[in-house]
Amino acid sequence: MEIDPFIFRFSIFILSIFVGYYVVWSVTPSLHTPLMSVTNAISSVIIVGAIIAALAGSAEKVFETSSIFGYLAILLAAVNIFGGFLVTQRMLQMYKKKKK
Amino acid sequence: MSANLSATFYLISGILFILALRGLSSPETSRRGNYFGISGMIIAILVTFLSVGNFGQGLVFVLIFLLIGGLVGAFIAFRIPMTAMPELVAGFHSLVGLAAVFVAISAFLKPDAFNLGSVGSIKLASLIEMSLGAAIGAITFSGSIIAFLKLRGIMSGAPITFTGQHILNLILGISIIILIFYLCRSQSSNLFWALIAISFLVGILIIIPIGGADMPVVISMLNSYSGWAAAGIGFTLENTALIITGALVGSSGAILSYIMCKGMNRSFFNVILGGWGATEQSGADKNREQKPVKNGNADDAAFLMKNASSVIIVPGYGMAVAQAQHALREMVDALKKNGVKVSYAIHPVAGRMPGHMNVLLAEANVPYDEVFELEEINNDFANCDVAYVIGANDVTNPVAKSDPQSPIYGMPVLDVEKSKSVLFVKRSLSPGYAGIDNDLFYRDNTLMLFADAKKMTEEIVKSL
Repeated sequence: MEIDPFIFRFSIFILSIFVGYYVVWSVTPSLHTPLMSVTNAISSVIIVGAIIAALAGSAEKVFETSSIFGYLAILLAAVNIFGGFLVTQRMLQMYKKKKK
Repeated sequence: MSANLSATFYLISGILFILALRGLSSPETSRRGNYFGISGMIIAILVTFLSVGNFGQGLVFVLIFLLIGGLVGAFIAFRIPMTAMPELVAGFHSLVGLAAVFVAISAFLKPDAFNLGSVGSIKLASLIEMSLGAAIGAITFSGSIIAFLKLRGIMSGAPITFTGQHILNLILGISIIILIFYLCRSQSSNLFWALIAISFLVGILIIIPIGGADMPVVISMLNSYSGWAAAGIGFTLENTALIITGALVGSSGAILSYIMCKGMNRSFFNVILGGWGATEQSGADKNREQKPVKNGNADDAAFLMKNASSVIIVPGYGMAVAQAQHALREMVDALKKNGVKVSYAIHPVAGRMPGHMNVLLAEANVPYDEVFELEEINNDFANCDVAYVIGANDVTNPVAKSDPQSPIYGMPVLDVEKSKSVLFVKRSLSPGYAGIDNDLFYRDNTLMLFADAKKMTEEIVKSL
């Protein structure tokens, strides 16, 4: 019997939860705020779905209902990607060691 | 680009995201970690363009929207003050949630573009996945909006409760499941819209009963939800990068929620069911004002600290509100010139989001190796001359160790009372958010400094 590809994706999902569990516990508590902003930025990889949706329109009709939702999602995700990574970078620049 | 090749690249960007989080294990590696995250994102976006392979007019619009969004995001990122970080993160969560809803809607309206079947006969598994993605996304969106409004002060931080609230939430939760079930049988778009509408409502209803001071848990929880929403969409799109990221973000938010709950010694359900602190306030008010407190001024505080050999600073939300972090750093610099050893003690739930105090201190150029977590520093209070408590209250209350009747009993607290003297910078004797009187105010070795945290700290700097 053939294995449903869903099971493979589900395996990736479960294993990633475990990876996330161990990786996040090793994050130092002083960096918990950057952790939140960077997880925010990376979860905006949902933009790949938005791009597929936006480009699904035919050549004659660029804006149909489904592609409009795609464009809007691109806009929201882009705010998050740029905002999330840049604000994380800005915070991380501030963490400095004692001057010797 | 072939499907296999693009899937491989999505896997690579998923791994880069894991490395981005891994980098945060220490401040030295964190900046490199952020670059890994950025490269993962660039790879994912480029691969998507190549695999869709449609370079017509649509692509121009995609780039325009990407640019507009990017400019807005960059503008916000550079302008936002560090004290506003909790509401910024809440706002960003709402965007991820709404983006997930929009992607689910387009997948529902045009399933053939995503290889999910055709309108009216979408594959069953895909339909379940996109419904879950849309529902969790909608809850994340409206919940984060409420959290944003509360953190921003546009909406009162007081818990909003009414009778039958939990039952209403339960009914709505069950109706989401029923709707998904019937949606799968009929493929009716009306049911899909109803599902999204009810999920929006649920998001609002689950956040309004949670008080302003429990915001660290709320933000972490919404962080987790945004991850699960992304994972749901990832399953719909059969996209590994999205599945991996969703799982990472989901578990990250869940762990942060757990850490925050543990920092308050409360169960997760106790927090999300809400209503703590609103009832006990009245009882604590009565027996106050009768006990004498020692009232001091900036000169007394400066004298005490200048002659100390070690000082531990305990910042809390009050420091963030008063924007006192820069003045505090100046004070510490002046003390160090006098040969005083200074360190900072951070309670896990100080502030309005995980790690909030650390970011504010970093902004004020406080080196991160002078800042310690509760377990690292708690034993040092016994050998310390002065504890300078600025804008914190409940997290120092010894009643958490002594009185089993107290609502905060069992919560880990900073042992400031063990230091030789305690300086409390507070605007008044009013209790903290837990509504409990702090016995420390009336002790012989405590000096109360009644003032705005920033003004008082600046005055101390002057008298040093």
